[in-house]
Amino acid sequence: MNPTAHIKLEGNPLDIAELTAAIRSTKNGGECVFIGTVRDNHQGKVVTHLEFEAYEPMAIRELTRIADLASAQFKLAEVLIHHRIGTVYPGEAAIVIVVTAPHRNQLFDACKMIIDQLKETVPIWKKEVYTDGASWVQAHP
Amino acid sequence: MKILVFGAAREVIGKGEFEWIPIGNELTVGELKHALSLEYPGLKKLKSLSIAVNEEYASEERRLDRDDVIALIPPVSGG
Repeated sequence: MNPTAHIKLEGNPLDIAELTAAIRSTKNGGECVFIGTVRDNHQGKVVTHLEFEAYEPMAIRELTRIADLASAQFKLAEVLIHHRIGTVYPGEAAIVIVVTAPHRNQLFDACKMIIDQLKETVPIWKKEVYTDGASWVQAHP
Repeated sequence: MKILVFGAAREVIGKGEFEWIPIGNELTVGELKHALSLEYPGLKKLKSLSIAVNEEYASEERRLDRDDVIALIPPVSGG
C-alpha cells in the first residue's frame, strides 16, 4: 500500500461531501471524518468570526509529516487534511480530516492522533473576533 | 537574517517580516531569543515563543547562519 497525503490550506469554504468523495475508493471500506466547526461563543463572549493565519510552507511540511506518521502507524490508504485560512464564520468547518483504509480498525485512532498533533505543532494561529474586541488564542504550548 | 513573525508576536513587533542585524554576539537560537526580547519586551508576555529555522522547529542550542530564515512562532492554535 502506498499512502498518499492530500494536504491543503484553503481560503474558501470546505465542502465535506466533495472532500470525502475525492478520496473514496472501492478498495477502502473504511472512511473516518473529523470536522472541526467554528463555535459562536467563547467564555461568554459572542464570536462573530475567526481569522486564521499560517506560516504556510512550514504548516504544509508539518501537516505532511503528521500525515506520513499516521499513515505508517495506522496503515492508512489515504489521508486528507484541509485547513481553512483567512476569515471563517461560526458554523463553517475550520478543518476537515479524512482517513481511509481497507478496514475500519484504527481509523478513529488515526483521526484523533492527527487532530491532536496538529493542534500542538502546526504553525497556524487563530484570532477570535468578538462583538467587542478580539484576541489571539494561545493554545499550545 | 530574515525574520518572519506571526500571530500575537506579529502584533507585538508591528510587522510580519524584518531583517535582523545582530546587535551583540547572537550565535544560537537561544541567544537570538534573548536579544529579541530585549528589543521587543512585549514578546515576554506571550505564553511561549518557539523559533523555526528554515521551516523547522529549532532548539535553543541550534547555531544560526546569516542565510537562515528565522520564524517567530507564538503558541499555535490551529484546528
